[in-house]
Amino acid sequence: MAKPFLSIERLTQQFPDGAGGTLTVFENSTFGVEKGEFVCILGHSGCGKSTIMNILAGLAEPTSGVVKMDGKHVSGPSLDRGVVFQNYSLLPWLSALKNVTFGVKARYPGWSKDKVEAHAKEYLAMVGLDGEVINRKPSQLSGGMRQRVSIARAFANQPKLLLLDEPFGALDALTRGTIQDELIKVWSQTEQTVFMITHDIDEAILLADRILLMTNGPFARVAESVEITIPRPRNRTEIVEHPNYYAIRNHLVQFLGQRSKELAGQQSHGDDQSPESVVIDKTATPPEAQSEPATLRAVSNE
Amino acid sequence: MIRNLDMRSSLLSLVILIAGLFIWQVTTYVPDTGPIGVELSQAEEDALLANNMLPEDIEFYASQGVEFAQLEQIASLNLSRDMIEAAGGIRALGISVPDQDSAPAPGSLFPSPTLVGKELWATVTDPFYVNGTNDMGYGIQMGYSLLRVVIGYALAALVAIPLGFLIGMSPMVYKALDPFIQVLKPISPLAWMPIALFTIGDSELSSLFVIFICSLWPMLTNTAFGVANVRADWVNVARTHELSALRTAVTVILPAAAPTIITGMRISIGIAWLVIVAAEMLVGGTGIGYVVWNEWNGLRLDRMIVAILLIGVVGMLLDAAFARLQRAVEYAE
Repeated sequence: MAKPFLSIERLTQQFPDGAGGTLTVFENSTFGVEKGEFVCILGHSGCGKSTIMNILAGLAEPTSGVVKMDGKHVSGPSLDRGVVFQNYSLLPWLSALKNVTFGVKARYPGWSKDKVEAHAKEYLAMVGLDGEVINRKPSQLSGGMRQRVSIARAFANQPKLLLLDEPFGALDALTRGTIQDELIKVWSQTEQTVFMITHDIDEAILLADRILLMTNGPFARVAESVEITIPRPRNRTEIVEHPNYYAIRNHLVQFLGQRSKELAGQQSHGDDQSPESVVIDKTATPPEAQSEPATLRAVSNE
Repeated sequence: MIRNLDMRSSLLSLVILIAGLFIWQVTTYVPDTGPIGVELSQAEEDALLANNMLPEDIEFYASQGVEFAQLEQIASLNLSRDMIEAAGGIRALGISVPDQDSAPAPGSLFPSPTLVGKELWATVTDPFYVNGTNDMGYGIQMGYSLLRVVIGYALAALVAIPLGFLIGMSPMVYKALDPFIQVLKPISPLAWMPIALFTIGDSELSSLFVIFICSLWPMLTNTAFGVANVRADWVNVARTHELSALRTAVTVILPAAAPTIITGMRISIGIAWLVIVAAEMLVGGTGIGYVVWNEWNGLRLDRMIVAILLIGVVGMLLDAAFARLQRAVEYAE
């Protein structure tokens, strides 16, 4: 089997536990992401999602294991891997536009000032920011606008891999919805490979091609890789009507509510910990299997 | 009425100023006792006449405020008015008499606000005269002080800011230098003066060194603190954009730490201005600190107060300049 575009191989992260021993966050975690794929990773707090993200971004070094992108070893941060941080990480002394040109200048040092600015404005416009707003400082922007700037900065650099660390975690539900739509729009225009951390199941289903599910830590692992069998383009009001939506959603809720605990703490004993592929597709099964009462109950209990 | 806060506070400031000046004026007020002449009793006049003193001389010196005891001295010397004036006046005889022009007036050694105001006006209207080494316009003296501060301060900034960056970016260097900084920082700048005078020899360079050493610490510690506390997120932004160490320092860490650095620079300029006055009092020669000391030695309290007032005004202007700079680099998170 050909190696995926982004290949995480036997990744292990251990920290000293403060009592002389070591705390293993995850070990021998092995999974991949294909080019152009939008992958979300779901799991409880403390399972090591952010640690994986930092390793992929090159901001942290794993205890052992390697990350390969395009067949090349990843070490240290790189412009090939753009990051959108949860707290936006905009430089507060620069205007929105300058925050984006900051990245573009780093990415394309040879470009003229006008070209850099035009490029930055183009990406700001993609996330719905244009006119006078882009000359404001981050402190004069709402949380949603700041995250838009942050997304524009990341996309404008046209990285091979875009890493999103709970980008909508600090936003209210309505703003989150709008920016999710913008993210899909930009993503579909740019065909980026995206790896995103989220806590939000509905967000993951709406955005992702595939959802990686992590068990609880310590000794967390990516236990399942759930394919989202809902065709694109997706729309938040329409996907809930799709027969696969609640089936997938229930599966995810079940996993996070119960199985993430049951599967927790399993040591690898030296084996690769690869996720199990899960495909839920109700459209391929007989119609009577749809909308079981149990499925609906699980939703209403959630 | 007056609703605006600025207006009300300005009004209050004005009231306080006027009240202060009024109290000052009242406490230093010397009532006008008419002509400063001395009334001699008939017996006293007779005694002087008996000593062969001319009646017109008695009248003249009495009207000048010369006391009976002193008139007796003059009479005993057997000198006529013409002879006294030819010898250079009554003061040449060693007899002290009040002088109409002399300040302070008898009764209050402390100059009144009007007197100080007059002197202040004379100073600001003619700040750059040179009448000799000890009599130069305060503008020139202030220039000497400012020049010393600027040179010592600039040298301190040249050392403190790069070194502060290094300390802030490297925990190892921080730990290694911290004990030295902690010990050297609390030393009074003037305590360095003897060491400087001995090792450097030159008093001018010594005062520059004292300014240098006292400006160093706030800038150094603030720069180190500002740099060390730049948010990790911003540094991560630089790292994910593959910025070189130098570009990270210039485009991310410097603007992020700038408010803290400028705060340190503002504290330093304040201390430098405090210290230059004290250093010039010690070293002497030129400078506004020396002026204060010189006027004190000459008992020209009015001129001394003017000099002190000007020290305050220049210090305020220096501080205001840095406050403006601080606002320029400030950012809201």
